[in-house]
Amino acid sequence: MEKAVITVVGKDTVGIIAGICTYLAARNVNILDISQTIVKEYFNMMMIVDLSKASQPFGEIVKELSSVGEEIGVAVHCQREEIFTKMHRI
Amino acid sequence: MINVFEVNETNKMIEQEKLDVRTITMGISLLDCCDSDLEMTKKKIYQKITEYARDLVKVGEEIACDYGIPIVNKRISITPISLVGASCCKTSDDYVALARVLDRAAKEVGVNFIGGYSALVSKGMTRSDELLIRSIPRAMEVTERVCSSVNVGSTKTGLNMDAVRMMGEIVLETAERTKDQDSIGCAKLVVFCNAPDDNPFMAGAFHGVTEADAIINVGVSGPGVVKCALEQIPDADFETLCETIKRTAFKITRVGQLVAQEASRRLGVAFGIIDLSLAPTPAVGDSVADILEAIGLEKVGAPGTTAALALLNDQVKKGGVMASSYVGGLSGAFIPVSEDQGMIDAVATGALTIEKLEAMTCVCSVGLDMIAIPGDTSAASISGIIADEAAIGMVNQKTTAVRVIPVIGKGVGETAQFGGLLGYAPIIPVNRWSCGQFISRKGRIPAPIHSFKN
Repeated sequence: MEKAVITVVGKDTVGIIAGICTYLAARNVNILDISQTIVKEYFNMMMIVDLSKASQPFGEIVKELSSVGEEIGVAVHCQREEIFTKMHRI
Repeated sequence: MINVFEVNETNKMIEQEKLDVRTITMGISLLDCCDSDLEMTKKKIYQKITEYARDLVKVGEEIACDYGIPIVNKRISITPISLVGASCCKTSDDYVALARVLDRAAKEVGVNFIGGYSALVSKGMTRSDELLIRSIPRAMEVTERVCSSVNVGSTKTGLNMDAVRMMGEIVLETAERTKDQDSIGCAKLVVFCNAPDDNPFMAGAFHGVTEADAIINVGVSGPGVVKCALEQIPDADFETLCETIKRTAFKITRVGQLVAQEASRRLGVAFGIIDLSLAPTPAVGDSVADILEAIGLEKVGAPGTTAALALLNDQVKKGGVMASSYVGGLSGAFIPVSEDQGMIDAVATGALTIEKLEAMTCVCSVGLDMIAIPGDTSAASISGIIADEAAIGMVNQKTTAVRVIPVIGKGVGETAQFGGLLGYAPIIPVNRWSCGQFISRKGRIPAPIHSFKN
């Protein structure tokens, strides 16, 4: 499994999850977990995804997700999971 | 599984608190490039560096993209050139020719600095060491990315005072040759005592002769993260303060360890060490001085500064050691003046003096770093500053260094501008009393008594 964490932060609006998920489905990226909260009208989502069967290289997915986010009006980051597990797990 | 708070904490460190990996430095041995023919040596050096480091910048950028963490610098350290050029360089100009080759190779592979235009003369100086040292001012003038260092002493050997005297003159000549750019040549020249073989940070990096053919060393950073963590606990006791620094240092270093392992794997080059130094930049909020002020000083330089720095340095090491399998290099808080906005402010307001900076170097790495001094400071006084700093390193069995910039044509009250990561610095007053007679003595200061451990 090739896990990555996608974070989405921005003002809440219609179609944020739909926009991101549609993109991921088209690139054959499997979603393993989603958690989402809204704090003071700000949308905050974290997804854990598996990229092992993704149709494109990681670097391109990072860039494209960022521009998908721009179209919706939210900031989207995609990072390999190890940076979080290494930092927060002994 | 990782949760949203942990993810947000990491990303806040990166986006708001300026967490980054300061440098991936590839150490390359050039010992197999030695040849009795200068042209042949130049060719071999260029070929080896451009072949080994071909993918260094690309891999660095890929890792930065994969993990969403900036990797600020990709650099190269090489075997001290005085050794590599010993059999082919008959004059200082021959060494300058090697410096030009290094500069060309650095530009070809896209690294911003290459370190190792160096000589190790802690006890004595060979003819080739002397030729290299005499070539430093010219080499720093004609190259852009080459960094130079000279090791003038160690706890085991004592201080080579002939080299110390010479380096005062060399620093001044380097300043003179680059006076059009506020003597920036001196920002690429470090004088060491107890120089480590595996330091990834410039300008003092070189690939020691004890090292393998090639190695990946990584320098982490993150003063902003430590500062933000401490700002949350303004009234905490020392135990809580230390615990907070340790935890933060652990997290920062783990990122460095991850990047180092990935770089090593992707480049097919063995992992060497992580350097735990907290390295500031001129960016606001990325300052070691700000951490000391968050610990409770009105301004860096106030009474208590040395103790606060000692505490910080020790806790960073304790947290960092747990996070990485191999720790090395300099590993301590850096206190450069021009590269740290808090230090710049403290010098400009008169809170921080060169004497206090010297005291601070007793408890942290690496020494008097990026300090602009008046351009009319004598060579003997610069040698005196070097000797003082080297003595601190020698006696305390630690690395110390001097990177001072006598800014030709400028004096106290004026400012030297270096630009980029090198920043700017208000010119600091230097004690005007002479040490000329002391520095003019020939020979060595013997090794201290506690170096005889055999």
